Amino acid sequence: MDKRFISRGLDRCSTPRFLLWVAPWFALLAFGVYAAGLCLVKGLNQTNMDNRFAFGLWIFLDLTVIALGAGAFFTGFLLYILKLKELRAVINSAVVIGLVCYSGAVAVLMVDVGQPLRAWFTFWYPNVHSMLTEVTFCITCYLTVLAIEYLPILLKNRKLREVPGFLVFEFELHKLVYVFAGVGTFLSFFHQGSLGGLYGVLRGRPFAFREGFLVWPSTFFLFIISAAAVGPSFIVLTTWLVEKITKKSLVRPQVFHLLGRISGLLLSVYVLAKTVDTLIWINRTSPGRGFAASQYYEWKPFGTWILFAEIVVFGLVPALILLAPRFRARRAWLVSAAALACAGVALNRFVQTVQTLALPTLSFDKFLSYTPSWQEVGTFLAVVAYGVLVYSFSFRYLVLFPEERELKRETRVEEPEPVLAGRF
Amino acid sequence: MTRYGMTIDVDRCTGCGACMVACAVENNIPPAHEGATDRTGLTWIRVFKVGQAFVPMLCQQCGEETPCVSVCPQKAVEVDPATGIVGQMPERCLGCRYCMAACPYHARYFNWHDPAWPPGMEKTLNPDVAPRMRGVVEKCNFCHGRWHAAKQQAVAEGRDPAHVEYTPACVEACPTKAIRFGDLATLPKPPGSVRLLESLGTEPKIYYRSSKVDLRAGKEPSRG
Repeated sequence: MDKRFISRGLDRCSTPRFLLWVAPWFALLAFGVYAAGLCLVKGLNQTNMDNRFAFGLWIFLDLTVIALGAGAFFTGFLLYILKLKELRAVINSAVVIGLVCYSGAVAVLMVDVGQPLRAWFTFWYPNVHSMLTEVTFCITCYLTVLAIEYLPILLKNRKLREVPGFLVFEFELHKLVYVFAGVGTFLSFFHQGSLGGLYGVLRGRPFAFREGFLVWPSTFFLFIISAAAVGPSFIVLTTWLVEKITKKSLVRPQVFHLLGRISGLLLSVYVLAKTVDTLIWINRTSPGRGFAASQYYEWKPFGTWILFAEIVVFGLVPALILLAPRFRARRAWLVSAAALACAGVALNRFVQTVQTLALPTLSFDKFLSYTPSWQEVGTFLAVVAYGVLVYSFSFRYLVLFPEERELKRETRVEEPEPVLAGRF
Repeated sequence: MTRYGMTIDVDRCTGCGACMVACAVENNIPPAHEGATDRTGLTWIRVFKVGQAFVPMLCQQCGEETPCVSVCPQKAVEVDPATGIVGQMPERCLGCRYCMAACPYHARYFNWHDPAWPPGMEKTLNPDVAPRMRGVVEKCNFCHGRWHAAKQQAVAEGRDPAHVEYTPACVEACPTKAIRFGDLATLPKPPGSVRLLESLGTEPKIYYRSSKVDLRAGKEPSRG
């Protein structure tokens, strides 16, 4: 039915099958939009956040998806600035993932603030000392860059290419891709860092507060490195997942290896930096503000295991796996390590958001807990559904993996021709 | 330049809550919404029971590196250089709640619900204080409305409006005179007074005195 929209040379499932795949995601999206609508219309009393737990599931989600979406800027940086040509195979997919992650995060932020219609105030009355101002500016600008980067991919659609104007526009836009990659890299470095800085500057929260360099706390740099490290891992994970679901070979093994190696290298740098930062925090920063670091881990369930899990289980272990060529060569090890790395960044963002707010500061304070309401979970699921849908439609109608056609041809050549007796 | 501050004698506080009621009436804080909890209600001043003592908690009006001021993305929080009072502008607040996450005293409150007063009660609203809408943050401002009224009075009487004396509602309502207010330069501080979380270096302007509980102790061994 929709064959004329699908690029030549690409095999895609039948329309009914595709509709069967997207239907549950649309249902989930509708449920989530309803939940978000309740929050917008009736107010944030629909959530389980309160005056003490001012941030919750949504901020955790925002921080995590923005870190995972870092693959878009970092792959662009590696391909267009550092000229790692092999990554051309995944750049389109990375851009779609980035667009989904960032637009999803911005949409949730709009629900999360009490007065969404005042969002423009940040641009009109910016407090240049606030990390949130930096985040708002950079995310908005970078989302625009991602939308522009998505345009050439969209305009390569078989049907849209029939419009000559679109072809010319796409060609001209493509010439600027290096500029956008550079701008995107700059903006991304800054807002990934600012997201870390959000917590590092909280001098009233000794668990989160960090010393740093000039106006940037150490979390500024840790967030940049961790995002750059897991971005390629998330591309490995999503590409592998798409290959499994569609039962197609989409990129060559070398691309997986390269992404794994880059992720492993950066992850090991992150683990080292995080370890040094933790030691400084335990021995100097926290005691200097009147709090022994050990007391943060007296409150269950947040024992020292969480620090161990963050640095060793979800940091050092995947880093070592990804750095070892023998393990990296095996898809199961590579994907498992990539999944561990992604889980690690999610855990780190959870610790920054939830543990920071759960811990008491005053001597007569209590440890607090928080469970998100169904409206919060629904909105969270809407972002997941939205991401799957945008990616599914993009995969079906656009060329997300330029090597797919070649790989398909190569697979066909390798397949033995059936011998038909008496054919000639 | 005036630096308004408070002293709170915890030993005198009986936990009657008169300060909380007076504050709510003065500052047009609506009655708690049905289903509101101690974590979702609006109480610019709240009395905590700590052991055998009652500790009134309100915005500590931090003077140095004020945690909530630097984080606000749109300058909705400011320290008034003339008074040292940390002011909140609900009209400019986006409701991001970053200031609430930043406040170590948990003295900031979000309007989770639309403000609503029982029929007839709106006639008791204070005309000097604007009610706040849903989705914005608010907090104690040392009864800003009263400060403005005191300044106008000073101008009318030909006095210097930069140095006025006034009394916030909670101070006025306290039956045991546990709360005292004034310019920190002249306000007598009871011996042994401490400021909460002083080690964070935010220079709060509220001094507590207690022989019943050590407000610096607990889980902060090196504090104080």
